[in-house]
Amino acid sequence: MAGQLPALAVVVPLLVALLIPLVSRFNRRAAWWMVVGALGFAVYGAVAMLLDLCGSPIGTTIEYAMGRWAAPTGIEYVVDRLNGIVLTMIAAVGLITALWMRKSIRSEISEKARPGYYATFLLCATGYMGMAITGDVFNLYVFLEIASITSYVLIGMGRTRQALYAGYSYLIVGSIGATFILLGIGHLYMEIGTLEMADIAQRFAANPELYDSSVVRTSFAFFTVGLAIKMALFPLHGWQPSAYSRAPSAASLFIAATATKVSAYVFYRISFSVFGADFLISALPHIRDGILILAVAAIFVGPLLAIRQRCLKRLLAYSSVGQIGYIMLGVVLLNEDGLTGGVIHFWNHAAAKGALFCVAGVLVYRTGVSRVDALAGMGRTAPWTSAVMTVAGLSMIGVPMTAGFLSKWYLGAGALDAGRISIVPVLMASSLFTAMYVWRLVQLVWFAPKDTEPLVKEEAPWSMRIPALVLAAACLYFGLTSTSVDIARDAALSLGLGAP
Amino acid sequence: MIAFIDLMQHAPALSVGVCLLGVVGILLARRSPNVREGVSLTTAVVNFVLVAWMFRQFEAGEEVGGTLIDIVPGLEIGFRVDGLGILFALVASGLWIVNTLYSVGYMRAHNEHKQTRFFACFAIAIAACMGGAFSSNLFSLFAFYELLTICTYPLVVHAETPEAKAGARRYVTYLLGASIGLMLPALFLVWNMAGTMTFADLPAALDASDASPFLIALTFVMFILGMAKCGIMPVHSWLPAAMVAPTPVSALLHAVAVVKMGVFGVSRIVLDVFGTDLLAELSLHHLLIAGASFTIVCGSLVALAQDNLKRRLAYSTISQLSYILLGLGLLVGVTGEDQVTHYQVSAGGILHIGVHAWSKITLFFAAGAIYVALHKTKVSQLDGVGRRMPITMTAFSIGALSMIGLPPAAGILSKWWLVESSVDGAYPWVLGVLFVSAMLNAAYFLPIVFRAFFKPVPEGEESGRKEAPWPCVLALSVTALGTLLLFFFPEVIVDLATAVAQGGGAK
Repeated sequence: MAGQLPALAVVVPLLVALLIPLVSRFNRRAAWWMVVGALGFAVYGAVAMLLDLCGSPIGTTIEYAMGRWAAPTGIEYVVDRLNGIVLTMIAAVGLITALWMRKSIRSEISEKARPGYYATFLLCATGYMGMAITGDVFNLYVFLEIASITSYVLIGMGRTRQALYAGYSYLIVGSIGATFILLGIGHLYMEIGTLEMADIAQRFAANPELYDSSVVRTSFAFFTVGLAIKMALFPLHGWQPSAYSRAPSAASLFIAATATKVSAYVFYRISFSVFGADFLISALPHIRDGILILAVAAIFVGPLLAIRQRCLKRLLAYSSVGQIGYIMLGVVLLNEDGLTGGVIHFWNHAAAKGALFCVAGVLVYRTGVSRVDALAGMGRTAPWTSAVMTVAGLSMIGVPMTAGFLSKWYLGAGALDAGRISIVPVLMASSLFTAMYVWRLVQLVWFAPKDTEPLVKEEAPWSMRIPALVLAAACLYFGLTSTSVDIARDAALSLGLGAP
Repeated sequence: MIAFIDLMQHAPALSVGVCLLGVVGILLARRSPNVREGVSLTTAVVNFVLVAWMFRQFEAGEEVGGTLIDIVPGLEIGFRVDGLGILFALVASGLWIVNTLYSVGYMRAHNEHKQTRFFACFAIAIAACMGGAFSSNLFSLFAFYELLTICTYPLVVHAETPEAKAGARRYVTYLLGASIGLMLPALFLVWNMAGTMTFADLPAALDASDASPFLIALTFVMFILGMAKCGIMPVHSWLPAAMVAPTPVSALLHAVAVVKMGVFGVSRIVLDVFGTDLLAELSLHHLLIAGASFTIVCGSLVALAQDNLKRRLAYSTISQLSYILLGLGLLVGVTGEDQVTHYQVSAGGILHIGVHAWSKITLFFAAGAIYVALHKTKVSQLDGVGRRMPITMTAFSIGALSMIGLPPAAGILSKWWLVESSVDGAYPWVLGVLFVSAMLNAAYFLPIVFRAFFKPVPEGEESGRKEAPWPCVLALSVTALGTLLLFFFPEVIVDLATAVAQGGGAK
């Protein structure tokens, strides 16, 4: 079976998702178990492949030709260290969300809609995993649409009418982004004549003059803008706060911890494995600088906007705007340290943001509101959840010995390597802003005045507590070991950056 | 036996571990205050014994320490026992025992809330101090420095009143802001310039690097200001703000542990990151001497105007901390001249780490005792207090003498050496600073002593003797006695400080 893992990791969740509505007609309880089982299998597949890759020399890939149609005729799935990391992140966060969400779903989604919700959720996870694993540009678009459309639905399933509005406006903006990406693919196909990523890269390598073609450049422009919308890169982040805050807690947990990062991963993949790093370095230095400026602006503005938010989920959404900036900074620094910092941030941010959305979910579950000030005094009634929030918050700030510190360390080192010392103060300023909003939460939770009556009356149920604790533990684990850094550095090397 | 030796090789980590274990014990015993305080006290004693053992190993020339967690190159949590570290650790762990005793008396007499949180955070703070003291590299030091800020926040905000919150916010804003905004980038620049974070290799590596002098100077200034815990102006105002904390916190943390972490950090930066040679070559010590002199005089001037006793002590601390920084600057200044005759007197700053700790904690203990017994917080209310609380006020007077630098209290030791080294280093104007400061110290401490002993108790107040609870009185007697004994038997601390200065200056 090991040889079939790349296909199975996607196909199994896909099929199970389609079966859920059917099975739910006979047994209403089965849907949740099916989601957990399918995602559990996906985690197994992703981790097995990543471990396999870690044991192999740098540059090894696991390739899988769908239906044995060899590329470029057929569609090929390719797993290397980079998307191994992303795949593991999506599957793991998906599984943790699935384990976490059962009670939250019961309180937020009507019984009739639940099987549909579970099926959509699983399809959404499948879509993102497909985006990560595929080696074919058009197939990427197909999965992107699966992931996007299911996301719109998930967001629209929130309790309030504003959820519909948020889902709808995300649909409009997201469709524009997806269309741009499709146009990018079209232009690329027009000029190159193939859709297979490795094949395109080879043709670029064989004919460097293709870099001067305006069709190719137009294609890259479409990709960049389309993906920037999907990943909510500043200043195209407008859809994100309301989408995150109106969605059901379980959906915002999964989407916030994975979705925008998968689009950022696609940008990594398109830049390095399709167009090739040389394209950004030599052919389009100004575009690279432009993206760099946007990334740095995101890092600066995101946490700044988060400080004043009254809704916890919106606050976290704005903080995500900044965090995507880190990941994009990693790619456009175009050196080993920077890329390492960007790649480890996939995991680090997934763990921290996932944990924080778990806390937001508990807040909604226990109080029905997501206002920040509803957290007051939660430390007394729900110490575990409050501790999770504190640890994840420290990791967001980037306190040493938490995961966030390593991301910033490597990004800073990358910035110095690239001779851009001016980025370092921005990273520090961003940490300071982050410290300001995290400290506000910490103070509310632990140091509320004695006479405040905590709105959160009890601790989260164990089913919500344990997944959150796992994510918080991950924030510490990745901060105290070199696990993620080792894999990410190898990923950076295998993308052709830095000394081999 | 071999296992034991291996374990003792990690004695510094063990010391951090003991304190953290104490935290667990304190939390577990939260239902029974007596057991809880017993755990605190036991932890403090065990920790001190461990540190004392390390001190003996250090004297015997044994290397103790090792890498605990190796995250990625440059980022590791590692420990090594050396003179400067053991000096700081001895002071902090020794005074923790006394302070625990004092805390028990103070907190119970006051019927304070959330005592479990108080004692637990206190133990974490000491763990952070131990970790910082024995850190063998910049990253460890930074990590423990940050931990100390975070775990002392609950102690400062303890009362949870609006004033406490405002004070605590300022506390955490200054300390975290400076360390993230200045120290972390400085750390980063050092790593980029030198390629190592280990104190043992850093001075040589920085010396050999081709970084521009401007960048090195910038990094140095960023370090000094980033370690806002050292209280140098203009990053000092968190310290008076932190006085909203209960007095035991002000006593141990904001006279000893936290602020000493700051000056200890700066000592590390001067001696073991840049190295005295490099700093002397680039004349960066002038900056340090100038900044410290400014702070010494201004701190004292502001102290003079404070009526709140604790605030007056806080500004006095700001001023006194800069004596240590001044000493470090002078130490760099005499480098390159004839080492053999100079190294000893140049240790004045390092020596002041220990001397100031004993004296200042006595003063704070006394201030807290007055508050517990008579509920007085202002200098202007202290008329005749000496007659009501003779032991407390005697201890206070000894502390004050030490601050001014008069025998038979320990303060004169370090001040005398500072005077000598400013003559040696050809800084005649520093003599003026020291003289003015001593006068100012006298001007804001002696009136308190005078009021307490020579003015009558105001009309309508009780005049009977009323000392604070016995644990408080015992604690402040011990530290006052310590201040005297240090004057008569200064060998241990003097030898240590000299060794540190020699190691830093004689490379």
